[in-house]
This record gives sequence, structure tokens and C-alpha cells, in this order.
Amino acid sequence: MSFLTYLINGLSLGSIYAIIALGYTMVYGIAKMLNFAHGDFIMVGCYIIFSVSAALSGNSVVGIIVAIILCTLLGVTTEFVAYRPLRGAASPLAVLITAIGVSYLLENIALLIYGADIKSFSSVISWEGVSFAGGQLKIQGVTIVTILVSVVILTVLQLFINKTKQGQAMLAASEDKGAATLMGINVNRTIALTFAIGSALAAVAGALLCSAYPSLSPYTGAMPGIKAFVAAVLGGIGSIPGAMIGGLALGIVEILSKTYISSQLSDAIVFGILVVVLLVKPTGILGKVVQEKV
Amino acid sequence: MNKITKQNLITYGIVIAAYIILEILMLTGNLSSHLKGLLVPMTYYAVIAVALNLCVGILGELSIGHCGFMCIGAFSSAFFSKATENSLPTAPRFILALIIGIAMAALFGFLIGIPVLRLKGDYLAIVTLAFGEIIKNVINSFYIGIDSKGLHFTMKSAMDLEMEADGNVIVNGAMGITGTPHNASFTIGIVVLLVSLFVVQNLINSRDGRAIMAIRDNYIAAEATGVNVTGYKMMAFTISAAIAGAAGVLFSHNITTLTASSQYFGYNASIMILVYVVLGGIGNIRGSVIAACILYLLPELLRGLNTYRMLIYSIILIVMMIVNWSPKIIAWREKTFGKSGILGFILRRKKEVA
Repeated sequence: MSFLTYLINGLSLGSIYAIIALGYTMVYGIAKMLNFAHGDFIMVGCYIIFSVSAALSGNSVVGIIVAIILCTLLGVTTEFVAYRPLRGAASPLAVLITAIGVSYLLENIALLIYGADIKSFSSVISWEGVSFAGGQLKIQGVTIVTILVSVVILTVLQLFINKTKQGQAMLAASEDKGAATLMGINVNRTIALTFAIGSALAAVAGALLCSAYPSLSPYTGAMPGIKAFVAAVLGGIGSIPGAMIGGLALGIVEILSKTYISSQLSDAIVFGILVVVLLVKPTGILGKVVQEKV
Repeated sequence: MNKITKQNLITYGIVIAAYIILEILMLTGNLSSHLKGLLVPMTYYAVIAVALNLCVGILGELSIGHCGFMCIGAFSSAFFSKATENSLPTAPRFILALIIGIAMAALFGFLIGIPVLRLKGDYLAIVTLAFGEIIKNVINSFYIGIDSKGLHFTMKSAMDLEMEADGNVIVNGAMGITGTPHNASFTIGIVVLLVSLFVVQNLINSRDGRAIMAIRDNYIAAEATGVNVTGYKMMAFTISAAIAGAAGVLFSHNITTLTASSQYFGYNASIMILVYVVLGGIGNIRGSVIAACILYLLPELLRGLNTYRMLIYSIILIVMMIVNWSPKIIAWREKTFGKSGILGFILRRKKEVA
């Protein structure tokens, strides 16, 4: 029974990674950049929920909505101010370093406003959860909600990408920006939309992450952000089902290795799996192999 | 004397001049003790920036795990120094520690390079990040002790070492190594930096260096001309790891408690070095040294501004990247300032380097 509990906890953590990884993978797929600040959008989302809930004496639903809106705005603004001017720069490293700068900036703004001490975040989900087999198997409400939310997000995103015009425009722009422009697609606007969706997902992920692990500091988002990026690469970057598979796999491996092997080494095991998968399949589990033309 | 030799000599000259100026300032008592403490870190960050530039700028592969090699160099040398603290005199012990640190980092650079260099682009970058984190985490769970019966090793806890009464725990898990002798000085740091510069600059201008840069520019063309792509990639990566190891030796012999913490050896630290390399100019070795020194000192000198310093640093970083690299701003600068005059001259020079 305890194994099942750990497995479900792993699924829940994996779902959070998956939601973050979706944002990473969409942005990478279309803008071909590692948005190192993505993890910090999560942190920003958490602080917004924290502040709004405190101001409204515990009403977290409003907090989540405000966080999603503000994170979306933040994502679009960041893209417009910091990333767009560097599109087409001579080196792809330029925008990577700028993203790192944005990451430092967000962390330090949070540090100035809220200080370095860890805030305890009250869960946005008040549901106690369910218990099976006479109380032997207990599943927390936040775990169930996290898994459900991630499934809903995945389905909606898949439908959006495959069935709507905007989604098709995203696919086209990620394939070939020049050709997409010739077909009348506004590539800049499409990229901005991608950032908007990715940042909104980061806010959702933040709410779920801090509900499951209720400690909030300016660096809360950094490590989950990196792990989610690893998940996106593991699943095959640019692929939405890949991000889901990668996220779930990573979450389960992390929780199981923390429980059964060593909490000290769990990160090493998680990263070790990435190395092994990439050696067997260099573009990730569901990644496309692009043949290089000579 | 040809142009390349002249450029190389200018680089050494800058380092030596900076050394002499700082030494004079120190002897005349014009340097605060706070600044004095920053001198050795400045040299090892310059060394690892040179190492990373060899990997990113010359080999053309983005590595965001270079601090992992620094970590290996730091721990292997500190372990050696601690273990032989009472049996060897200072000078030969430190030289041996330096050699061991460099050799271990090179060995791991070679071993990690075998799988990593099969990948390309961002996939390669994320795997270097993964290896950097793995190294840090694994070292964090090492417990090594020494007693009359020899070495004891475990990955569980210090109690599990099962040592004799005279035992001495050297590597204590996440608590790391305490009390490594402080053998690294500013002079030694400068010597290590000069040697690294000598190695890298001569490599770049050798037959091997040209082969490495040919791989960077177009590996298919390089392969077609008969360049051993895998061999040269491995060579550059291993040398880069070895130099990073040397930086690690300086690091560990300048700090009282050495821990494999994220602050010094995590991906964030590796990214900080990458920032030095990019702002100094990708592929520009002299630029890396200068940028590493300035950017290391900048947040430290902004300490007076207290909480605002990292905020200012991050804004400077973003603005500098956009002003330096944005295609539109570059075009505007050329249109406004023209190609003549001082600014035009600086711009042209930049283009030649790039």
C-alpha cells in the first residue's frame, strides 16, 4: 500500500513538472530559446496568490485568477522588452544570457518585496481527499486535483494546437518562421501568444506546487523550473505529449528514489536518467529526428 | 613577430600589469582587507572563464556544467592536501595537489565527454547541466575517512565509516572538507591564470586549434577534409575540463570549509561563468579574463548598495545584452555613428573579433 501512495505522490509531482514543462516546451519549440526565467514565473505566481489571498483574507480563487492574468502579462512583457529585440541576433547565446538576467531580476525583486525568509503558503485546495481500503491508502485532495488539472490542460492544449487556427500558426512558426511569414502568419504575435500561454501555465503550476509543498521563497521556482526543463528534454522538446510523459516519469522517479534509495542522491538519479535516455535516443522519447542537410 | 604572437603577448601583459598594480596597491596599504579577499577568487574565476571559453567559443559546444569539473578539481586536491597535511611540506604538497586536481578533472572531462559530445546543441547543453548536478550530488553523499588501517569509504553517514579511534573523517558528506590549508595566494592564482592562457592561446593558434575551430564552423566540411572530429572534440573538452579543475584547486585552497553547495558548484554558478564568457566575447580569450574580473568585482563593489546590488547587476546584464546584440540596435548604431570616428572604430573592431 505504501508503494501505491508513493507512486501517486510521484504522479502528482510529475503532473506539476508536466505543466511547467508544457510551458517550456512550447516556448522552446517556437522561439528556439531556453527561457531560464520560466521557473521564476512560477515563483511570481505563487507570491501573487500569497499576497492576494492575504489581502482578501484567504480567498484563494481570486488569487489564482489574478496570478494567471498577471503572469500572462509578465510573460508577454518580458518577451516584448527583453527577448524580441534579440530575435535574429548573431549568437543564440545572447537571448539565453538575457533570460538569465530576467531570472536574476525577478528573484531580486521578490527578495526586495518579500525578503529572503520562507513564507508558509496555505494550500489553495481545501478538500481533505479520499481514503481507500479502510484508511490504509490515503490520497490528499491536492494530489487528485493536481493530476486532474494536468490532464485537462494537456487535452485542451492538444485540441488548441491541432484544431484552431492560432494553434496551427504556432506549429507552422515553429517549423519554419520564414515560410510561416510568407503564408501570412504574424510570427511575432504567435510567439507572444505562446509566451502568454506558457506563463499562464506557470502560474497554475505555481499554485499547485506551493499547495503540495507549502514553502515559498524567491528561489522556489528555480529548481522545479530546471527539472521541468529536463522533463521537456526527456520527452522530446517541442512535443506536448512528450512534456507530459517526461514530467510524469521524472516525478515518479524522484519520489521513488527519494523513498527507496537516498534523498541525497535523488537529484543525481533524476539527471542520470536524462543522460541515459538521451544517449539511447538523442532527441528524447517523442522527439523528432531532423535530418541535417549538407 | 607576427600579429598573433603580438596579440597573445598583449594578453599576458595585461594580466602581469594588473598583477603589479594590485601588488603595489597592497604593499602601500591602499587595498582594504575586503578587496584583498577578492583577489584569489578573481583569479580562479578568470581561469575557469578561460576554460569555458575554450569549450563554448573555440569548440562551439555550450556547456552549463563546467563548475562540476571545478568541483572535482577542488575536492580531489583538497582531499589530497588534507590527507598529507602532516606528512608533506607545503610547496611540494600544493604542487602535487594541483596536479591531482587537474588530472582528476581531466579524467572526468574525458569520461563525460565520451557520451556528451555525441549530442548536439541544446541537448548537449542540458546534459552538461545534468552531469554538473550529478557530480555535485554524488560528492555531497561521499564520506571518506582515514585511520591507521587506511582509507574508509561509505555513502551512508560518517558513523558508517567504522574507523579506529585515531580515525580522521576527511570528507564528511554534505559538510564537505573542513580545514584545507590555505595555500592559494594571489601570486599563485596569477601564475595558474598565465599558464592556462598560455595553453589555450597556443592551442588556438596551432594545427589542432585550427582543426577544432573548423569543426565549430562546419563539422561536415571539417570531416570531409579529413579532420578527426571526435578526437579533436574530446581533446578540447578534456583540456577545458582540466583547466576548470585547476580553478577548483585554487578555490579549495582558499576556503576554510569546502562544500559541494549549489552556490559554488550548481548550475547557477556555471551559468554565471557563462555570463562572463558571453559578455567578454565568445571565442575571445582576453575578453573572458577581463569580463570575469570586472563582473566578479562588480556585485562585490556594489555591496554598498546592499539589497539593490543584484537588482542593478541584473538590469545591467539585460541592457548590455540588448545593446550589444540586438540586430536593430546594431544597425541603428552604424547608421547614426557611421563607420568612421572612435565609435565606428570600436564597432568595426568588434565585428572583426566576432
